[in-house]
Amino acid sequence: MTVEPEITPDLVASHGLKPDEYERLLALIGRVPSFTELGIFSAMWNEHCSYKSSRLHLRTLPTKAPWVIQGPGENAGVIDIGDGDACIFKMESHNHPSYIEPYQGAGTGVGGILRDVFTMGARPVACLNLLRFGAPEHPKTRHLVAGVVAGIGGYGNSFGVPTVGGSTNFHSRYDGNILVNAMAVGIARTDEIFYATATGVGNPIVYLGSKTGRDGIHGATMASASFEADAEEKRPTVQVGDPFAEKLLLEACLELMKTGAVVAIQDMGAAGLTSSAVEMGAKGDLGIELDLDTVPCRETGMTAYEMMLSESQERMLMVLDPSKRAVAEAIFRKWGLDFAVIGKTTDTLRFVVKHGGEVKVDLPIKELGDEAPLYDRPHIASPKLPVLDSASVKAPMGDVEALLTLLASPDLCSKRWVWQQYDHLILGNSVQRPGGDAAVIRIGDGPKGLALTTDVTQRYCEADPVEGGKQAVAEAWRNITASGATPRAATDNLNFGNPEKPEVMGQLVGCIQGIGEACRALDFPIVSGNVSLYNESAGKGILPTPSIGGVGVISDVALSMSPSFKRADEAILLIGATAGWLGQSVYLRDICGREEGAPPPVDLAAERANGDFVRGLILGKRVSAVHDISDGGLAIALAEMAVSGKIGASIDVPADVATHAWLFGEDQGRYVVVASEAEAATLLIEAGAASVPFLRIGSTGGDFLILGAEPAVPLAAIRAAHEEWLPGYMAGH
Amino acid sequence: MRAAVVMFPGSNREGDAVRALRAAGIEAATVWHGDHELPAGTDLAVLPGGFSYGDYLRCGAIAGRSPIMDAVRAHAGRGGLVLGICNGFQILVESGLLPGVLMRNADLRFVCHMQHLRVQRADTPFTTSYREGEAIEVAIAHGEGNYTADAETLARIEGEGLVAFRYCDAAGVVKSNLSPNGSMNEIAGVYSSNFRVLGLMPHPENLIDPLVGGTDGLKLFESLAESLATA
Repeated sequence: MTVEPEITPDLVASHGLKPDEYERLLALIGRVPSFTELGIFSAMWNEHCSYKSSRLHLRTLPTKAPWVIQGPGENAGVIDIGDGDACIFKMESHNHPSYIEPYQGAGTGVGGILRDVFTMGARPVACLNLLRFGAPEHPKTRHLVAGVVAGIGGYGNSFGVPTVGGSTNFHSRYDGNILVNAMAVGIARTDEIFYATATGVGNPIVYLGSKTGRDGIHGATMASASFEADAEEKRPTVQVGDPFAEKLLLEACLELMKTGAVVAIQDMGAAGLTSSAVEMGAKGDLGIELDLDTVPCRETGMTAYEMMLSESQERMLMVLDPSKRAVAEAIFRKWGLDFAVIGKTTDTLRFVVKHGGEVKVDLPIKELGDEAPLYDRPHIASPKLPVLDSASVKAPMGDVEALLTLLASPDLCSKRWVWQQYDHLILGNSVQRPGGDAAVIRIGDGPKGLALTTDVTQRYCEADPVEGGKQAVAEAWRNITASGATPRAATDNLNFGNPEKPEVMGQLVGCIQGIGEACRALDFPIVSGNVSLYNESAGKGILPTPSIGGVGVISDVALSMSPSFKRADEAILLIGATAGWLGQSVYLRDICGREEGAPPPVDLAAERANGDFVRGLILGKRVSAVHDISDGGLAIALAEMAVSGKIGASIDVPADVATHAWLFGEDQGRYVVVASEAEAATLLIEAGAASVPFLRIGSTGGDFLILGAEPAVPLAAIRAAHEEWLPGYMAGH
Repeated sequence: MRAAVVMFPGSNREGDAVRALRAAGIEAATVWHGDHELPAGTDLAVLPGGFSYGDYLRCGAIAGRSPIMDAVRAHAGRGGLVLGICNGFQILVESGLLPGVLMRNADLRFVCHMQHLRVQRADTPFTTSYREGEAIEVAIAHGEGNYTADAETLARIEGEGLVAFRYCDAAGVVKSNLSPNGSMNEIAGVYSSNFRVLGLMPHPENLIDPLVGGTDGLKLFESLAESLATA
């Protein structure tokens, strides 16, 4: 019998509960909690699990559409993609653990999000990620990049799902707080989706998967606090991943689901056994009773507190149809996994946990989740920055020199070094591979496919949260459109600093507003998501980073489009209006050394019109290459199209503009499209009729990229600039 | 014409292997690692890619000693065809069916990309649909594909012409710096002495469709279909 510590104000504070939150707890249960109960409240009421700072604002996001089967609130979002198929997906952060222990932190981030998807009955078919690291010159950056990339690969490669896309860049504001956002996508039949809502009184609660150990205790609480200088000491709160166990768990779960034995199922993620049990009971208006003496443990002498708060990986909790117990157990034994009945559903609406014959926990189950604190935290809108007059920005170097400099910069260089460590070819369905706009994967034997992408431009969000939020959604929508697919729904992963600071809260509120506006205008609802706050170290917050993971559907993957030039002597066309917007551009930052001005505005009506026009061209087989224009502007897009297609281009730069603003400006809603000369003439007329800005800017061909009057650049020089920086950096050059 | 694809816990390209076999017209079924026999009438045993038993120990070490491998060895002993891809290759060397070992990649990183291979000979049951010396493009995806053997073994492999594929450039030229993993003599795959067992690190099973990277891998399975049909 272990003696539990006395509940003191210090102990309460060390559990991350504020004094007023503790008062609320006392009022709720009418007595001082036991040590285990305090741990449970700490787990359920922390920011990570309760969304207490963001919930109020998240409610404003559009989450519905005729094709949405399940919006936020389940393990993952579900959309109908036709023919009886559903796509199930979500993105989630594992930021703090990845900073402390990059390999395991990133790997278990992938494992967690995969479980969210297959818990619902889907077979995972793709992973993506969005990574943000500190400045390259920061002493920890190289180590973190190496560890995170190896960790993501180590988990996904072994689990056996292709990692097909992502986004990786760098900024000093992530020096002490990197971002690792992982997205998983799965496919199920629409009538075979599993939910976390328990039903039926007296049904057995079954523990599945790996054993429970002492790893990850209080991981969710750690994810809800800022980093101080003691970050390294938190290493024991990072879980250790076992992709092999997860693969077995996947196969066993999918096999089990086919038998009809599963009443409800929930993966054990943040706050492990506590959160999974409480969520299943609370959603189903049922009580839950657990007997911890039956929980499979990896270590001896574990206390109730430790078992309830362990975040050991590769575990699931399930409510079982009692008549199918034998068949269910046989499946798990075949896969060599633990299967233990550890409790039952009750009609008491209490969450009761017994250990060693004693009642350690007896709490009202609905209130644990529903009565979590909800804050309307004070927020201050970011001041509007003045629009930078592009004409006032002098070019410090020639356009070719700027192009080669940007192509070799940490943010715009090729990320081949990263994605070559991910198995992106397994399953044999990767039609459009990493390095383009959106990844396109075929579903089974096709012809239908999914287009997938992750994106956010955090410097825009910092400069103007509302426009930045809109832009993140528009950019994801544009990536999918450029592949030929129709954007259908998105998942968001909102990474911000300390919400108790009104300026940071203002960023969160502004970004959510912008995301909502764009999602509504583009019929692109948010169906799942995750919020990661307190991304702050030494009092300094990260750049506001609302990652958007987008999913689109294409009826025939043979129609999907890539950015690479395919043939010489074709017309290069610019879709969308070009004003030469340099405020907050990569050019301004990396060439001029200035981070200034308002970001480019997103005209959602034009975004939609331009995108729908381009998608029509792709599906009508009228164009041979399409690339959306984003960071670095037109010149970077052209360089990428030329290098990937091994065909050069000659571009006519208009005479009446500042060439550097025209080439490197980041005006939104734009695409480069390539078509035959004959087709281009017809398209000009059609674009005019559709009020889509359209400009013929040059022709493909040759081994050089020629930008107006600038010296011709050999493709080999472009390729070298684009490919060499990251491998060189990682090798320590 | 029947193939048995052996599924170990942690196998993850078994579905890809089955798909490629079927695309070439070979009947394919999966076999569980705990079984002691291959299905009656099995002509070809396939050990697919993956991370058998997690591969936390030496890759393939546990799988190489699992019950089904006795059946695979017996099948090979009768002159039956065996194909091991990636983890399957690692399992074949661990189980003693092929010479050499597969070490960590020389740069210590997992590597996945399209890769050219030179077909060393076109007269084996696995390669009749190729031309000798042809450069084919297939996928690689592995962390431990660095083929290594002692000098005597290497000399025997080369002397008996047991190298199946070598890493090369697009023109089919083999150079000492073209291996993506540090393999000796740029070896990507080797045969047993009777050319009935093949192990290779690359993934021909993922290159069976013009929409998804090309069909250079399909010919390996078509070769097998042809040799099984004429056997």
